[in-house]
Amino acid sequence: MENTKPTMIIDGRSYPINGEKTVIQLARNNGIDIPSLCYHPSLSTFGACRMCLVECEGIGIISSCTLAPREGMVVKTSTETLRHMKKTTLQLLLADHDNECTTCPKSGHCRLQELARRFAVNRNPFHQLKERRPLDTSSPSIIRDSGKCILCGNCVRACSEFQGIGVLGFTGRGQSSEVKPAFGLPLGQTDCVNCGQCASVCPVGAIVSHSYNDEIWAAINDPDTTVVAQIAPAVRVAIGEEFGLKPGTNAMGKMVAAMKKIGFDAVYDTAFAADITTIEEATEIIGRIKNGGKLPVFTSCCPAWVKYAEEYEQDMLDNLSSCKSPQEMGAAVLRKILPETTFPGIEQKNLVVISVMPCTAKKFEVNREEFSHDGVKDINYSMTTIELAALIREAGIEDFDTLEDAPCDNPFGLETGSGVIFGATGGVTEAVLRYAAEKLTGKKSGDVKFYDVRGVEGIREASLTVAGITLNLCQVHSLANARKVCEDIRTGKKQYHVVEVMACPNGCVNGGGQPATLYTDKVVPLRTKGTYAHDAELAVQAPQDNKPLADIYAKYLGEPNSEVCHHLLHTHYTKRPKYTK
Amino acid sequence: MQDNSVNNETASRVDAIIERIGRHPDMLVPVLQAAQEEFKYLPQDVMMSIAQGLNIPPAKVYGVATFYAHFTLEPKGRHIIRCCDGTACHVKGSMAIMDAIRSHLNLKEGQKTTADGNFSLEIVSCLGACGLAPVMVLDEKVHGQSNSKDALEIIKSCEEK
Amino acid sequence: MTTKQETLEKIAASYRAFESKIQRRVVVCAGTGCIANGSLAIRDAIIEHAKKAGLDVVVEMSESLPETAPAGRVYMSRSGCQGFCQQGPLVTVEPDGILYCKVNVSDAEEIVTETLVGHRTIQRLLYLDPESQERFVGQKTIPFYTRQKRTVLAECGVIDPHCISEYIARGGYLQARRAYLEMTPKEICDMVLESGLRGRGGGGFPTGRKWLAALAENGPRKFIVCNADEGDPGAFMDRSLMEGDPHRVIEGMMIAARAIGAEEGVMYVRAEYPLAVERVRKAVDDAVEAGVLGEHIFGTDHKFTIRIMEGAGAFVCGEETALLASVEGNRGMPKPKPPFPAQKGLFQCPTIINNVETLGTVPLVIRDGAQGFRANGTESSPGTKTFALTGHVQNTGLIEVPFGTTLREIVFGVGEGVTDDDGKLCKDGFKSVQIGGPSGGCLTEEYLDLPMDFDNLRKVGAMVGSGGLVVMNKQTCMVQVARFFMQFTQNESCGKCVLCREGTKQMLDLLDLIIEGKATMETLDTLEALAGAIQKGSLCALGKTAPSPVLSVLKHFRAEMVEHIVDKKCKTHKCRKLSPYAINAEACKRCGMCAKKCPVGAITGDRNVGFTINEDICIKCGACKANCKFGAVEGA
Repeated sequence: MENTKPTMIIDGRSYPINGEKTVIQLARNNGIDIPSLCYHPSLSTFGACRMCLVECEGIGIISSCTLAPREGMVVKTSTETLRHMKKTTLQLLLADHDNECTTCPKSGHCRLQELARRFAVNRNPFHQLKERRPLDTSSPSIIRDSGKCILCGNCVRACSEFQGIGVLGFTGRGQSSEVKPAFGLPLGQTDCVNCGQCASVCPVGAIVSHSYNDEIWAAINDPDTTVVAQIAPAVRVAIGEEFGLKPGTNAMGKMVAAMKKIGFDAVYDTAFAADITTIEEATEIIGRIKNGGKLPVFTSCCPAWVKYAEEYEQDMLDNLSSCKSPQEMGAAVLRKILPETTFPGIEQKNLVVISVMPCTAKKFEVNREEFSHDGVKDINYSMTTIELAALIREAGIEDFDTLEDAPCDNPFGLETGSGVIFGATGGVTEAVLRYAAEKLTGKKSGDVKFYDVRGVEGIREASLTVAGITLNLCQVHSLANARKVCEDIRTGKKQYHVVEVMACPNGCVNGGGQPATLYTDKVVPLRTKGTYAHDAELAVQAPQDNKPLADIYAKYLGEPNSEVCHHLLHTHYTKRPKYTK
Repeated sequence: MQDNSVNNETASRVDAIIERIGRHPDMLVPVLQAAQEEFKYLPQDVMMSIAQGLNIPPAKVYGVATFYAHFTLEPKGRHIIRCCDGTACHVKGSMAIMDAIRSHLNLKEGQKTTADGNFSLEIVSCLGACGLAPVMVLDEKVHGQSNSKDALEIIKSCEEK
Repeated sequence: MTTKQETLEKIAASYRAFESKIQRRVVVCAGTGCIANGSLAIRDAIIEHAKKAGLDVVVEMSESLPETAPAGRVYMSRSGCQGFCQQGPLVTVEPDGILYCKVNVSDAEEIVTETLVGHRTIQRLLYLDPESQERFVGQKTIPFYTRQKRTVLAECGVIDPHCISEYIARGGYLQARRAYLEMTPKEICDMVLESGLRGRGGGGFPTGRKWLAALAENGPRKFIVCNADEGDPGAFMDRSLMEGDPHRVIEGMMIAARAIGAEEGVMYVRAEYPLAVERVRKAVDDAVEAGVLGEHIFGTDHKFTIRIMEGAGAFVCGEETALLASVEGNRGMPKPKPPFPAQKGLFQCPTIINNVETLGTVPLVIRDGAQGFRANGTESSPGTKTFALTGHVQNTGLIEVPFGTTLREIVFGVGEGVTDDDGKLCKDGFKSVQIGGPSGGCLTEEYLDLPMDFDNLRKVGAMVGSGGLVVMNKQTCMVQVARFFMQFTQNESCGKCVLCREGTKQMLDLLDLIIEGKATMETLDTLEALAGAIQKGSLCALGKTAPSPVLSVLKHFRAEMVEHIVDKKCKTHKCRKLSPYAINAEACKRCGMCAKKCPVGAITGDRNVGFTINEDICIKCGACKANCKFGAVEGA
């Protein structure tokens, strides 16, 4: 016998209640997009934008983001009163918004712009209050334009709820309310870890990533420089969204093809570099376990996490793996190999290395002193998925979705599953396990997948015994969760061998540089699914099976964790003041 | 090197306040009130120290300090004039008094404190002394049923002191 | 623990023993108003002169007085607000029942020699009725008092708010003891529900319903919060009650705590009220010391503590959820309801937030029972209500009348009529009365006979609100009044929700267009439509009611609004840009230049009779003013 599910009525039609906590969510799950600006499925309810108002029988006009569906509830979403109110609300917002859409980087992706069109706000009776304001460009990762801010508070909640940091806050009151860092400091002088989640959740152009596309174009157009790029694992499952492809679609080949069309001299796969990271990190972990080294080992691929640790978990810096992130490992290796192979004799200053990342914190990472040699940064510019899409659009490549796939260039041409899964939370751990299990047992295993470490919860634990060694693993995403885990470790409540930390919720697939969406609940799981599906279809799924990599080790690096490796692939951490003058 | 903008003396004074009021994020408003009492206003390093002492983000401290009308982030004048502009005072002509005071003290639009730091003029929404409207308070002393002339005389007598 | 049950009797007995040794009691009003007018100095002067006159002066209640005092004994007591603020400083002499008004320090000696020693009444210090020119001796006869019904304020202005034993001797804390010892929480809630007590803070929500909701919640921790953040500009009832009878509010909180099972209380007091804060603090300390508050209340296993928190200056914190945010150390920004505080309030625990006056009324409900309480007021709004009567009215002050009293009785009875801008009684000067502050509305003469209660007022677009009652005379410009409230709400908007933050600003700008003569009738349509959207769609009650003052002016004074817009005229001359040009006859040298320069021929006259401007023709171009060498043209 089938249980009769509770139902409610929206605009005269009946819909089942499938455990949705709010009417807005239920409506959206059924193809009715109740408009909103401050509602975000992963953030706490705010109720401020008043765009999601509905008329509920027996209650009256109420925000659907705070209304819990109940059996028999009757709701209307588009009555005359509501339509007029929403139009008024949009007019009020537009009157207090720098409306220069033509010069806004978010134009075309702006939720306010979209809603103004949707509600046909063709004139505004209200007095224009906000003028153009100066930009805050102090951060290498994020640009803030307070003239665009509509005070939805998404960024404030993201920074405190996802990351537990609270760099941004509301200040002032009423009309003089603003969102800004403490004391109105420039973002670059604060404890911001550059994760970019604020930009991801910003419905308008108030917070965007700091684009260096002009510099990148200049390098491409400069006849004296050779421009190469590497693409991070998570980019391939998201960039398609910018060109009408379904989230989760693997668009790696199209991306490479587009970049070649634009004029990149070579394009490499950071997933390949991720395999180096896996090998180095697994070796380090095994070493620490065997030799009684400092445990747990925290992963160090996520630059937002690393900066956070340098600011907030200073007593744990020795626990961080000394491995550079895949981006920096990749760059270091490329800068070593390319002058001897693809671009014989090229001077480092003429070799421009670009990275395409799902991440805004990478922009900060490339500027770290440790990652510059003789005045040349290992990576000249790090760009986000969104910025690459902009570059492709600017180049006039109209047929992205039908481009013929192109392969990446050697030496980082092989795409491996173990590298690709770095994009999802738990992916680094799984890659390490794929490698370590074989190293420790000395046996090849059939299926290399470790489903125990996959998942969506913010803090996940797994315990695995390999060759008599029991590994206690923890996979964390969001720094607010990382803080809890660190505290538990500090107090001795928890003991782990390896803790994987990714700052962005669900890992890099939902990185701050990925196409922004207020519908993360629908989009992000598809990107994760796409990541694992792609892993499954790849021929090589473990770093030890990456033959070209083995050759690189043999020719250039020696054994994992060798002295050359240490010099090239490992780094160190320093305590960092939270605020600088 | 933790948050180098705070000097030790300020930090220890703030710490004493927090110790007295309660070392808990809930106590932020009372702590800010006590700090303002002690420092006369809320300079950045005091707010930074409070954030550290209560273990909350500085942006939160700043957000709360800028939300409530009682907190001031700039030093106030030696004498504080508070003019009530509640409904009762308003209908009984508080605006004229405020205009007179403003022009007497040479205060421009939006300026709260005189250039010499002698007076600060604050407009408060209601002092609850509506029976005496219009009401003005000079350094905690309430003056009721005043007019522009009285108000200026009260201020002048204060100037002479 | 039985001794704890008898604490009240012991304290009461010792106070009565003290009282029996007193012959005279001089009560100097020490409310904010009278203190502002120097009442404390008067008190000192009376003490000094009384001592000189050989009287035995007692300044504090004391248990160890000798039985007799040869020259007579005078107890110099202080009280909270006696209500008649307009006539302050007030000095009452008991048991004679004399109320001296507008007392000066220089009157102190005479009060001592004449009244305290000579047993004579000083006629010139008695209240003089402005209309009948009759003098009245005291509260028992002065119309301002006799036309009121003081129940919540019964002891306010009478007892010494610093003295817990006096409160107890007059029956204080007996109702709290009953609640703890003789009633179950459910019985208390039911009684309050049946009494029909409604929240005095603004909304008028049935108090019993609120309590029952919190009682139904499980929770190891529950809170009672007293909302003493009286934000309505033009209201001071809560301040007066806290200053005058703080223990009554504490007793109300205790009963509420017992009713829902709370052990912690918070009093959130507006920081602009330093005296109220001081007295409430002392009252709480005294109650703890007397064993009334704290652990083992009245010998039971219950405990209840009260923390005083001062607000930091935000009107929005009068809103429940914003107030709670503030107590939690956050910006006072309201949160959407549900969840209601009764379910998830302070620190996510079930919390009841009641206003000062509501809590002050609670002991009366327990004392009189549900039906007894209903003896006053109307069916839907039982009991009495305190109001702050201010503005252009003869008797300003703190009053209390039963619900159902008409505005006419208040303004012309208790208030004894309307005054002009110079403070003189003005027979037909009434224009409007504003009720409910920034959330309320302005009513006209035709509503003067409306029996005032929660529902009647709401029906006509006003609200009881917290009880600010501002009378306005005919010289008041209603557009300016609308603007005043809009400016207030715009200033006090927390800035969270779009409709309130942006909407109130735009409403203010639209009103400015009207006041500056730049509006068209379309402006009015925009204003009205925007007001409607804010009212329906704002996040919190403050946002929802923010347009009310403007809407009430649009409703009741539309013609005046339209006159501003279409005729560009403000008849009260309060809108500077719309005030007509006029020629000051004294400054005018009768040169006639103005008439010559006037492009529309609005200025007529000659060298003999002088020149005048015809308002109806004048287009306010300002040419006359610009060309007058003597500065004789005024206006604009």
